Amino acid sequence: MKTIVLFRMVPDIVEELEVASDGKSLDREYLRLMLADADNHALEQALIIKERHGGTITVLGEDEPGMEETLFSALCKGADRAIKLNSSPQAGTHARAHWISKGIRETPDLLPADLIITGAQAIDDLDGLLAPMLAQFLDLPFLGTITRLDVNPATGAGTALREFAGGVRGEYEIKVPVVIGVQAAEKPPRYVPVAKLRTIMKSRRLEAVQISDGPWIFPVSEIRSMMKPQETTQAEMLAGSPDEVAAKLAGALLAHGLM
Amino acid sequence: MAATGSISTSTPHCEITLENLLSFPEGRRLLSCVQCGTCVATCPYGDVSQYPPRRIIQMLRTGFLDKVLDSDSVLNCVACYACEAKCPRGLSLTSVFLPLIKEQVLSRLPEIPPEFQRALENTLRYGNPMGESPRRRAAWIKTTPVPIRILGDDPRPTDVLWHVECYLSFHPRGQDTARATAKVLHVLGVDFAILGKEEECAGECGRLSWESGLYDELMEHNLAVFKKYKFNTVVTSCPHAYDAFRSRYSARGFDYPLQMMAPYLAGVLPKLKPLLTRKLDRRVTFHDSCCMGRHNKLYDEPRALLSAIPGVTIVEMMHSRDNTLCCGGGGGGMWLDTYYKTKGYERLSERRVKEALATGADVLAVTCPYEVSRFEDALKVLGFDKRVIVRDVIELLAEGVGD
Repeated sequence: MKTIVLFRMVPDIVEELEVASDGKSLDREYLRLMLADADNHALEQALIIKERHGGTITVLGEDEPGMEETLFSALCKGADRAIKLNSSPQAGTHARAHWISKGIRETPDLLPADLIITGAQAIDDLDGLLAPMLAQFLDLPFLGTITRLDVNPATGAGTALREFAGGVRGEYEIKVPVVIGVQAAEKPPRYVPVAKLRTIMKSRRLEAVQISDGPWIFPVSEIRSMMKPQETTQAEMLAGSPDEVAAKLAGALLAHGLM
Repeated sequence: MAATGSISTSTPHCEITLENLLSFPEGRRLLSCVQCGTCVATCPYGDVSQYPPRRIIQMLRTGFLDKVLDSDSVLNCVACYACEAKCPRGLSLTSVFLPLIKEQVLSRLPEIPPEFQRALENTLRYGNPMGESPRRRAAWIKTTPVPIRILGDDPRPTDVLWHVECYLSFHPRGQDTARATAKVLHVLGVDFAILGKEEECAGECGRLSWESGLYDELMEHNLAVFKKYKFNTVVTSCPHAYDAFRSRYSARGFDYPLQMMAPYLAGVLPKLKPLLTRKLDRRVTFHDSCCMGRHNKLYDEPRALLSAIPGVTIVEMMHSRDNTLCCGGGGGGMWLDTYYKTKGYERLSERRVKEALATGADVLAVTCPYEVSRFEDALKVLGFDKRVIVRDVIELLAEGVGD
């Protein structure tokens, strides 16, 4: 079983996000990036499958601040190869999916792969478009918002549990190769002891892969301006006795068609 | 770490590990254990632990240590130093042996208790276990009415480098203690400064809870920051940091004069006492923290401070000084409350506040920033938060100083 796990770095919102002076990007002075949470779960799910059936895991991410440490951390957890791709010159999920698909194709000995797994969403991809777009570029099937995944390496057939709104879940039969968007792994992502991480950073190397810019086969998007959400004054505070507040609340819910 | 955002990979050093344990004198001495069981009797979780220290040593000597490592029993160690303080053979149980066992146990567990894992990850990434922005480490000074110098902004030499630590920097009740400390230092006319966002957790709980690599990472960062500035003394508000600086940082080049805040203030008591003009009318019982008290024997200094406050009467709990009862927050216990609860154990901080209640005191005074929130929570859980309040000794001093 050959698995590729894709990493992307997203802004760490422990620091407040500020718009830079150009008015169309984030101020990078204090911005720190961190691995998208769902990508961390994607790796965990890949590790669980490797522990069950063996195989290899390759982690791949674009060269961004913090990516090297993240890739080393994945090697600590049990990934076999770690690839740092030069970063995409174009912004946006569509461009990123195209860039990563090129990276996967151009990295030696990466394809064919059985599973290509990434997070179902990220805070800069709330629509969860990266994985389905990537599947399109790689001409592979796609299944997203997965919370459990298993594949029989002998037959290439497996099952995936998919979450829907309202607590409804569906079990799917899948066949590799397939692109999977992971919502959450079967168990929380494992811990990496820092001593182990420090050791592996000295003993292992990351593979650097350079791919060339273009041709862009679709119109690339451009950020024209970036702004903080506007403060609004729509909130209405309900005052009065509990009974009065309850009556006002019920009235408001009815008036907005919510009840 | 947080300042640079990357893990350093500097030189490894010769560390005691479970494998090389017997090549160190502290390790070899374990073989002299007489199996008296004092450690079991004094351990706050000795009654619920499958493998208390006595049994672990015997399993080590008879070749059955794997059984210990495959159980989660040693997660009950809250690094309270009770077994080490009472051991008739003087074995380094809390400071050396048990963390090595815990390291192996945690590396074998299929899952680390999630609150604990998050605290360790936060400490590595942000330099504090709460996961707060390192840039906001000194945000509390904005609500402090006295001037506080941050060395990064004004690097002139200072007499006292006040090492504030995580809970005083970020926890709302810790910030109360930080403001009180600033007030007391200010009225004393102490020339002091803080490190602000350059400061990171000293890491003591990292090591005692097992994470030696995390400890090294934090230690390297903090030592490099100390080297940037000129000061006469480091005074820390956290007994865990004090312990770390004294016992571990010293081996890596930390050779500055060091004090904890309460003993430092006790040292200038002749100057402080005339400033304590407000009568408090409080009946106070003092909780000796494991790190400051049992491990570093600093028992008299906080009591001297309390005695100097007009109107304060000190009453002792049944267990005090060497016999103090742990609040349960050490050795990673701060982030294992949920784990202990799922095991059905009594919360140690609840056991301790019951003793405080029995004294009839109306204030439970502490010197460790972990204890304020732990004891306040315990009092709320037991429904006695109106009868007894929890205050850091320095909060009481600031109250005694008046406005």
